[in-house]
Amino acid sequence: MLTARIIPCLDVADGRVVKGVRFQGLRDAGDPAERAWLYEAQGADEIVILDVSATPEGRANGLEVVERVREGLSIPLTVGGGVRKIDDAAAFLDAGADKVSVNTAAVAEPPLVAAIAQRFGSQCAVVAIDAAMRDGRFEVLIKGGREGTGRDALAWAREVAELGAGEILLTSWDRDGTRSGYDLALTEAVAKASRLPVIASGGAANARHLADAFAAGADAVLAASIFHDDETTVGAIKRELADMGVRVRS
Amino acid sequence: MTGDVSGATEVVVVPTGTANLASIRAAFGRLGADVVVSREPERIAEASHVVLPGVGAFGASIALVRESGADAALAERIAADRPTLAVCVGHQLLFRTSDESPGAVGLGVVDAHVGRFVGDVRVPQFGWNDVRGEGRFLRPGFAYFANSYRALEAPGFDVATADHGGAFVAAMERGRVLTCQFHPELSGAYGRALFERWLAC
Repeated sequence: MLTARIIPCLDVADGRVVKGVRFQGLRDAGDPAERAWLYEAQGADEIVILDVSATPEGRANGLEVVERVREGLSIPLTVGGGVRKIDDAAAFLDAGADKVSVNTAAVAEPPLVAAIAQRFGSQCAVVAIDAAMRDGRFEVLIKGGREGTGRDALAWAREVAELGAGEILLTSWDRDGTRSGYDLALTEAVAKASRLPVIASGGAANARHLADAFAAGADAVLAASIFHDDETTVGAIKRELADMGVRVRS
Repeated sequence: MTGDVSGATEVVVVPTGTANLASIRAAFGRLGADVVVSREPERIAEASHVVLPGVGAFGASIALVRESGADAALAERIAADRPTLAVCVGHQLLFRTSDESPGAVGLGVVDAHVGRFVGDVRVPQFGWNDVRGEGRFLRPGFAYFANSYRALEAPGFDVATADHGGAFVAAMERGRVLTCQFHPELSGAYGRALFERWLAC
């Protein structure tokens, strides 16, 4: 049986890990390669890097970051941020990513998801869905949560499954940065909407939050600040989860 | 054994598609191996160690392997029990057929079929699953999987299993031939130790 996956997320801008509420109040949190290797040693099951650089130069740095991380990393690496066309995906994969995550571009141009899945396989095609509750339903947001789309998040989850996506990275924009726990209603609804694995993201502050997300149907959880602040380690969180009855890789 | 003056083992990686080879190259690089990427039958025949990776579809991958004549070279190595390792779709290519690409025929080293996961489980299978079984190379432990298709049997090979809606072939070995449905190159210390044991043969 599969184990529950713990995935530290590194938001990277201009070659450095940054933290804060994704795009606001960014603070430096170190070297991406050192962080990724440290998390692997602590027991992380995968690493996600989201390139949040605002400029083309910053994104060029992003490819170097992926290359450097890969050299020393022997667990899966997903890279996202600024993937707008298939060549962007190819560049990240060539640099050493095992999966690429598409978000805004997938909403604007759904065939991009199918193109990535056909060329590189579904196991490479992660679709990031940013969602928030609007008028009684979960709406898909784009451009780092700044813009609504009118799309229903559950319908979009089913659509990306049909397009050939291999996994859904689901971020609650109501919870991201709040440290009040994952959006369990959203997680459960999206997990039920398709057979694709779901990575819950946004709002984690402690092991109980992670356990709740797994109980709601998440296959994996993403967390950033709880690890970057060195308040705890992946290993310590996994021991707490095991004590709560969650099956984790030890 | 071929190798440079420092004695590094040469590992020929046979590309099977458009998939990136960065992870597998990095994994063998960390172990001090000399990684060469080639689909040439002569290189495959001569190399001390050959790796058949594979991320992509069964049909497209076997077509690429056939196109260069690598299929016969690989089948000969396996028949002659020379060190050969296959990963994920590479592992599946040793079988006869797959649900993924109806009509396509694999190397047929194993007379069995690769089917899609069934039952109430997530597909693709993404994540760390516990591998059961022990052999010359294989050990019990957690390994990383990313697959929608799997074999249920592998006649003629010693099999290690994992469970995802029922037991399936997680890896198999016979002599110096080792093939894994999981990705050792992404399986942390477990995968590193597995590669080390195979490189030493």
